[in-house]
Amino acid sequence: MKKTILSLVALFSLTTGCKDDAEFLNIKSTNILLVDEVYSDPRLVLSAATDLYNRIPDLVEPANFGIMASFDEAFASGDYGRHQNREYSYDDWSLWDYGYIREINLFIERVNAATRLSAADKARFAAEGRFLRANAYFELVKRMGGVPLVTESLTYDYSGDASYLRKPRAKESEVYDFVISELEAIKSILPKTPNEKSRATYGLALASKVRAALYAGSIAKYGVNTPTVSLPNGEVGIPATKATAYFQTALTSAQELITSGQYSLYQKAPDLSTNFANIFLDKANNPEVIFVEDYKLQSGKIHSFALDNQPRAITEEGERGGRLNPSLNLVQSFEKLDNSFAPLAINKGTPNDYIYYDKPEDLFADRDPRLQGTVLVPGAIFKNRPIDIFAGLVLANGSILSGDQLGQLKPVNGVSVQVVGLSGPIEGYDGSAQGGFYMRKYNDPVTGSGQIGTQSEVWNVRYRYAEVLLNAAEAAFELGQSAVAAGYLKLVRDRAGLTKALTPGEVTFDRIVHERKVELAYENHLLWDMKRWRLAHVVWDGSNSDLTTQPGKATEPSTRVYSLWPYKVYNPGGANHNKWVFRKVLSGRVTQSHVFRLGNYYSRITDAIINNNPTIVRNPNQ
Amino acid sequence: MKISIIYLFLLLLVGLTGCELDNFEPPKSTFEGRLVYQGEPLLIQSANVAVANNSDFPVFLELWQKAYNNRSSIRIPIKQDGTFSSLLFDGDYKLIVPNGQGPFLWKRTAANTPDSLDIKIQGSKTMDIEVMPYYMLRNPKISNNARKITGTVSLEKVITDAANGKTVERVSLYVNKTQFVDAGNSLNKADLAGADIKDLANVTLTTGELPALVPSQGYVFARIGLKITGVEDMIYTPVQKITL
Repeated sequence: MKKTILSLVALFSLTTGCKDDAEFLNIKSTNILLVDEVYSDPRLVLSAATDLYNRIPDLVEPANFGIMASFDEAFASGDYGRHQNREYSYDDWSLWDYGYIREINLFIERVNAATRLSAADKARFAAEGRFLRANAYFELVKRMGGVPLVTESLTYDYSGDASYLRKPRAKESEVYDFVISELEAIKSILPKTPNEKSRATYGLALASKVRAALYAGSIAKYGVNTPTVSLPNGEVGIPATKATAYFQTALTSAQELITSGQYSLYQKAPDLSTNFANIFLDKANNPEVIFVEDYKLQSGKIHSFALDNQPRAITEEGERGGRLNPSLNLVQSFEKLDNSFAPLAINKGTPNDYIYYDKPEDLFADRDPRLQGTVLVPGAIFKNRPIDIFAGLVLANGSILSGDQLGQLKPVNGVSVQVVGLSGPIEGYDGSAQGGFYMRKYNDPVTGSGQIGTQSEVWNVRYRYAEVLLNAAEAAFELGQSAVAAGYLKLVRDRAGLTKALTPGEVTFDRIVHERKVELAYENHLLWDMKRWRLAHVVWDGSNSDLTTQPGKATEPSTRVYSLWPYKVYNPGGANHNKWVFRKVLSGRVTQSHVFRLGNYYSRITDAIINNNPTIVRNPNQ
Repeated sequence: MKISIIYLFLLLLVGLTGCELDNFEPPKSTFEGRLVYQGEPLLIQSANVAVANNSDFPVFLELWQKAYNNRSSIRIPIKQDGTFSSLLFDGDYKLIVPNGQGPFLWKRTAANTPDSLDIKIQGSKTMDIEVMPYYMLRNPKISNNARKITGTVSLEKVITDAANGKTVERVSLYVNKTQFVDAGNSLNKADLAGADIKDLANVTLTTGELPALVPSQGYVFARIGLKITGVEDMIYTPVQKITL
């Protein structure tokens, strides 16, 4: 009996045995999703799209604020090299990310080939892919000029010869045309959801199209001022005859977005400067913002703008803060409430012939309220605390007493007095307000945003409605419709708090340039605007010219950043005791004047790229 | 404990010895010379060179070594006195002046790319490179009169044909405390627009009174620069030390 049982057991174990080897090894992975698995579930497709959104190349953004000091908008309080370079490198601002383009192309192809997604999901994802691709090409053409247009994923056949994958550069106008036509094609597929700020929408497609058409139009129009910035086959440079059509496209699309009524200018806070600052801070039902890169605390996606730019007087993190100081060049560009331009009234001719102010902020009182929405001026309050900017004391005999530590106390006639502000400025003291100002735009006023462990979730605004209005105004102006332009400018300027409307006759090219300069400061527009107007080599011309006295003029050179240092009068018993005076200062750290060479208009395509694809031609003047 | 110390020593040993086989001979051949027109050097803007930023020079030449398939240029900056110098490996090179560089014309090929010059480097080499400037600045004279600097110069138009000739945008006299004196580095300057020049052979400029120099010094440096319409780089006269 026992034997029978044993043999039965033996038989049993033999018959079951191991599975087929191939089947045994074929276990479904628990941590890798295959392509067809991803493209069968809309939530997974969204995460693939999120990765592509996350990789949108932005040159200037709060998370990369250092470059804001590369031109003339800000002094880099610590990164002084930015003011000690004369030439911009031809390699600066370059971009050649065809890996990104390829992944977008793959994304579009896989969405289109997916069988288990609903038709509505497929359409929306494919349109989002096309937006991302158009946006990437827009970014490429802004920086490099015409680039090879690759609109499908390329695959190497391992034949040993990859030359069939080489594509020459398209014309600059062809890339702009591609961007414009793609955005036009997808705008009605994308949802009309103005509260969706992080994904492509109808509004974003239109806003982006307006910007692209305007850029192309102004390159066509102003390219005649720089005839050498062109290539014979049009890889760089757009014929002047195309300008009108581009401007018309820009105006028509802007009007389509405006009449759709989906967005409006942000008008919530009664204080105009606070209202302007809040455009960038208010994430709840913000009617103006169209497209952002969003950040979220405790999610890993945070940035250090507030940490590195908090006023030093109220820093939450030891020696951190104050790195970016708005320049006097920008500050004096904000016009007066009567629409006139003037340098700040700090003296009556000579530097020591001061004009006295009761409070430091009085100097800026009659200026465009956007000034104090963009910049923290001396005397301003941030996070409910004074930021305490003053460079020293002016004593009874006119001499200046200052210190070398923030908030330093020194005896004056036997009395211990604070001789320098808790935020400085002190020459060469990193993070002190060496420019005389601190940042308000993008600067997070939430308590804790200045701590390394918390940081900031202020979003990076890429498109907002005010820019669409300014684009519409510029396109209308270029088309000779000054009255239309004045109407759009009025919307933006009324919201800003300027009460006197510009007449159509007052709308000039200088006005357009000025309005963008002050409304869109630090918002990743300055460089691209100066490039498309072909003004960059005029304004950053390498001359060591003084700070301009005509801040409203577009062609005035501005090659070095100037500072404005406030001083407190210390003269107990004197008439001006405790009053404030100001001096214009050129920091000793600013040793060179910027020169934007003609070869900087389009960044360098490196030798490595040309080695891989000899059909690529070099950019002009390099 | 002992083991970890031994490991540390072993690591240190590896770090100290390194790999001998990987080491190349450094380049040893000096290639130097000047940019000249009929033997006279062409003087330009001083270079303000940032670290690791080699397209940062006002004027540069490019050398391309022929031996390799993957080509990448070696950029040689021109100093303000018109000289250049570079340490190279021996080999065959092609030298070009990239588009838009320098206040002079460089020969172009039929395909409208910069023509190249064959350079053979076998040991150190000194070579002047002949170029065709738009203008030459002749007989510069700079003098001081009561802290006002006056300069005179004669402009000789070298390229006169209609297709390539360029007009004068402006002539400038620059004054600085150091020998680096040009459009980007000046304490004081005087400009004369091209339209206001009556006689190219006799251009006179006078600066305003010099401000007090801090710290005080009894001399300044000055030179005259010429900006040609549509050409980025200026041509300068030699730097002169002027006693105040």
